[in-house]
Amino acid sequence: MSEFYKLSIKEKLEGLKSGSFSSLEITNSYLERIKSLDNKINSFITLTESEAIKSAKESDKRYKNKENLPLDGIPIAHKDIFCTKGVLTTCGSKMLENFLSPYSSTVTRKFEESGSIVLGKTNMDEFAMGSSNETSFFGPVMNPWKSNHVPGGSSGGSAACVSAGLASGATATDTGGSIRQPAALCGLTGIKPTYGRVSRYGMIAFASSLDQAGVLTKSAEDAAYMLSIMSGHDSKDSTSLNIEVPDYIGEIDHDIKGMKIGLPKQFFSMSLPSYVEKSIEESLKVYKKLGVEIKDIDLPHIDLSLPVYYVIAPAECSANLSRYDGVKFGYRCENPKNLEDLYMRTREEGFGSEVKRRILIGTYALSAGYYDAYYLKAQKCRRLIAEDFKKAFQDVDLILSPTAPDTAFSIGEKSTEPVEMYKQDIFTIPANLAGLPGISIPCGINDGLPLGLQLVSNNIEESKLLRASHQFQLNTDWHLAWPEMGS
Amino acid sequence: MSLKDKDLEQIAYLARINIEKSKFPSLKEELESILSLVASMDSVDTKSIKPLSHPLDLSQPLREDKVTEENDRENLQSNAPSKEDGLFLVPKVLEDED
Repeated sequence: MSEFYKLSIKEKLEGLKSGSFSSLEITNSYLERIKSLDNKINSFITLTESEAIKSAKESDKRYKNKENLPLDGIPIAHKDIFCTKGVLTTCGSKMLENFLSPYSSTVTRKFEESGSIVLGKTNMDEFAMGSSNETSFFGPVMNPWKSNHVPGGSSGGSAACVSAGLASGATATDTGGSIRQPAALCGLTGIKPTYGRVSRYGMIAFASSLDQAGVLTKSAEDAAYMLSIMSGHDSKDSTSLNIEVPDYIGEIDHDIKGMKIGLPKQFFSMSLPSYVEKSIEESLKVYKKLGVEIKDIDLPHIDLSLPVYYVIAPAECSANLSRYDGVKFGYRCENPKNLEDLYMRTREEGFGSEVKRRILIGTYALSAGYYDAYYLKAQKCRRLIAEDFKKAFQDVDLILSPTAPDTAFSIGEKSTEPVEMYKQDIFTIPANLAGLPGISIPCGINDGLPLGLQLVSNNIEESKLLRASHQFQLNTDWHLAWPEMGS
Repeated sequence: MSLKDKDLEQIAYLARINIEKSKFPSLKEELESILSLVASMDSVDTKSIKPLSHPLDLSQPLREDKVTEENDRENLQSNAPSKEDGLFLVPKVLEDED
């Protein structure tokens, strides 16, 4: 069978259990696809071919002995932001071009213990800063749906590889939309869980009060399988939530009759392309048929999200990235004159321009005399935004909006205007600020490019998101479409 | 919000990032555009609002003050650009007296 990639994770697990095919067969078919197709999209930074084949053989043994693990034999990919012991972990940066992580992240360790097969590490915007995957030191990623279009970012490699059928699913991270926006642009399901649901241990830090790991998959059902593996408390991450993880897979089958979906009037008063509006209207019809009540809601401070984010994220980034000093690990400039020259040139040469921009903004916002006006002010506005959501969730179960303001744009189109690029995340950033879980699911195709809708729920209600997405996907087929190169 | 060369120099020094003078004009423009995006926060009255630092408003858990990590010096230094006898090497910090 050459079309393993079209099987869902559930179908693959059933086939492996019944012995219809082996993990080695599936793994080899993915590796072949990567070799023939990835040169067109550049979604991988590192391939771990021999390790994958070795793990697939071990997995097949476990199936034979009926000792199989929850995700045994399923080939996946990891965003190159997750430390993997002994494997290159670059974070898309020249700074970490040769960094062999001395330890593994909790996320990758959990997938290893689940029996899944790691095909490689995926391309990304440098240090997860970007919405187009153009800031990667390892070159831009192409959207599999249309050449010369961006896949979104920062998890652009993870999105492109799953969208092209080069992995069953991929891990990703989301600080302001880096899972959901590429999901929308590549026609995938992408979930960012509640802040603290998934351990950040070994996940290279960008903005620590916002960063959260999640997954990119074809369907909500696949996402439920992967999220079950990675969620849960971890004492190695002091912000990890110590709350029981529900049965994500079991709960997706429950109907959603009687649920209430809120539409923030602030989002719907913006001028959006007509095909974006139409895809949302059609999606609302699907939800109404499923017995969902739709109502308008008010999030009065939501317009502050972008400004607040562009203080908090750069401020935290400037603190986190101070560790790259050319001393303990990573890039070091040639022939430093003295220690200061070593710091200054290492950071000049090792970081790309978007990362430097954000470090500079963050440094400014935290510097003496400006802290109150920027960082403290932003934290106060952040509370207002979080309170708006709290109030809204007294009335509704989910909040729906487009995921991104438009379909994928072409490479180079926004790269010279940072603020234009930042506006890509206008619908996704609020959930990060309030710590809320959010999901993007495919809801249309315009001119050959996918569209996504976003659902946001109250804290720790990932189950509700997965359920509402799965029920939508049982009644639509947007998530089943493949780009031409992937079919 | 307009930045002067002197401001940018100071920020770059605080961030320990060398920036070529030729890049100042475009960089200033980019930073100014971000700062004007951010400026819309000023219109909101936040006098009585408490800052939110943890999105779920949780506090940090405490644990017993006990060493839990093993000494893994060699492994952790394996990526060091320059090292000797288990120490990180950097250019000389103290100058010789003339």
